[in-house]
Amino acid sequence: MDTLIPVDRGGPAQPLLLASGLQKHFPVGGGILGRGRKVVRAVDDLTLSVAKGETLGVVGESGCGKSTVARLLIRLLKPDRGTMVLDGDPVDEPHGITVNELRRNVQMVFQDSYASLNPRLTIGETLAFAPKAHGLPAAQARERVRDLLSKVGLDPNNYAERYPHELSGGQRQRVNIARALALRPRLVILDEAVSALDKSVEAQVLNMLVDLKEELGLTYVFISHDLNVVQYLSDRVLVMYLGKIVELGPVEAIYGDPQHPYTRALLSARPSMDPRKRTKEAPIQGDPPNPIDPPSGCRFRTRCPFAEDVCGRVEPILADTGRQSVACHIQVPGSGHSKAARTGVIAA
Amino acid sequence: MAIQTSSLELGSGTLVQAIPASASRGYWKSVARRLRRDPVTLVCAGTLILIVAAALAAPWLGLADPYKTSMLRRLYPLGSPNHILGTDELGRDMFSRLIYGGRLSLFMGVTPVLCALLIGGFLGITAGFLGGRVNMAIMRVMDVFYAFPSVLLAISLSGAMGAGTENTLLSLTLVFIPPICRVSESVTTQVRGFDFVDAARASGASTLTIVRVHVLGNVLGPILVYATSLISVAIILAAGLSFLGLGVKPPEPEWGLMLNTLRQAIYVNPVLAALPGVMIFITSICFNMMSDGLRAAMDVKA
Repeated sequence: MDTLIPVDRGGPAQPLLLASGLQKHFPVGGGILGRGRKVVRAVDDLTLSVAKGETLGVVGESGCGKSTVARLLIRLLKPDRGTMVLDGDPVDEPHGITVNELRRNVQMVFQDSYASLNPRLTIGETLAFAPKAHGLPAAQARERVRDLLSKVGLDPNNYAERYPHELSGGQRQRVNIARALALRPRLVILDEAVSALDKSVEAQVLNMLVDLKEELGLTYVFISHDLNVVQYLSDRVLVMYLGKIVELGPVEAIYGDPQHPYTRALLSARPSMDPRKRTKEAPIQGDPPNPIDPPSGCRFRTRCPFAEDVCGRVEPILADTGRQSVACHIQVPGSGHSKAARTGVIAA
Repeated sequence: MAIQTSSLELGSGTLVQAIPASASRGYWKSVARRLRRDPVTLVCAGTLILIVAAALAAPWLGLADPYKTSMLRRLYPLGSPNHILGTDELGRDMFSRLIYGGRLSLFMGVTPVLCALLIGGFLGITAGFLGGRVNMAIMRVMDVFYAFPSVLLAISLSGAMGAGTENTLLSLTLVFIPPICRVSESVTTQVRGFDFVDAARASGASTLTIVRVHVLGNVLGPILVYATSLISVAIILAAGLSFLGLGVKPPEPEWGLMLNTLRQAIYVNPVLAALPGVMIFITSICFNMMSDGLRAAMDVKA
């Protein structure tokens, strides 16, 4: 079982997980024998790196591909294109590590705390499943289960023999987190892990996540639609729109000085506790366009108040603006957008 | 910020207090508890146990010889001395033949369903869990069998292979594989979509282990309930084949065959002629009601 203990090999500067050019298209209906079939472009050319010990927040509307990213990172879905490197080791390549080795290092917590627990197994059996599948003897697996349960704040004597339906939503999600920790991973992907919980329970679980991260030296990819929670937990934030990254940067930069019109719209749509600050009108209208046939050029242009000619012709690339990276023509000097700087000067 | 309220101070250090420990109950235990409160299912199960036990223990019950004919005592009515349910057209004791008949009839009802459960269940779970092309291949083959009405399929298979117990069993097994396969496939597909299967895959366990631990426990219940309901169909089909002369051969006591041979006596002693049919009816309806009861007892969100 020594192989399950995480080893930092590449040093602190090397990204824990590096994904580049990830693409996932889902074929949808129609088309006889696959001809003329349409695809949902769930994730398109996505490149991201997760540094050791950080929390990377991923935000975006529902349907923008957040969950697909999570499933790609843990290889529950096989990407159509793109490569992944875990601490210097390419994944699923001849000279690299296998998908199974990736999964020992990367684990995931699912949103639906009920559907993600087998109703026929006790909590103890659920938690012992992965270690046993990796060859841990039963006695040690039981020990591991007790350890995991106390780590997530559940009394091992009381919970190991229980069934999922006997637990509350918060308790079930604690069990899910414990299961994700069962293989002692280095990276935990939290896909809307606290979204289904009520506010007070959510806060408890979030604090537990912060404590666990410190205690176990974990790295998180935290996916959520809740901007406040992401701000509270994240070191860096990634904003997605229709399967693409629109903005990526440190949490202070994204929340303090958002550059992309979509990020600004998202942030101003946040409900405020202060009645005077409440927004009167919706900052962006309508629904996101159909990902089967996304707009040409910039995918946000159909809802962007600053859309111009160039946005439909050229797809903006993710460009560094100093503090964060933004995929918007306005931020690229000389892009042809009327709001962009003519040349040379970096737009503020 | 909104979530930095006082509830944050509850922190994660405190252990969440548990609900009383005695409440924990396994799924099958709660199913058994629910079954105990269902009198109809209990009565049906009791009747079935009685019929099966009597059939199994028939040689030791001190019954009259079911093969011993007597030209003098033909078609005695019900309630005759020494022949509580009368005698058949060859003077054989009806009570004894009905009990002995249960052996073959039940055997012919249960065996094909069991065989079909193994084969169809395996195919269906494989198709459902693997999905894609495997699913396509298995399920389209099943659809070909599905195109024939089950009675017609059983009769034509038995007719082609010739009469006899083995051929009847074989043809009935073939008839029941497609429906069991389809039910297994659909419940497996459903279970495969749950996050806990994804979580198991993410843990790096082998496909076989995932199916054994996470899929079987969740699909066996519905498949077994469906198979139970098929037993009554199998009994009726087997009896039908025997009635048509395609199943068991005389003089073996078997309910369908008895119904056939007693046909001529229907004007002389109609109640007597109906007795094997009554046995078929009681047995199959008991199996049906029991499967309904099982379904109700197991159809709960845990």
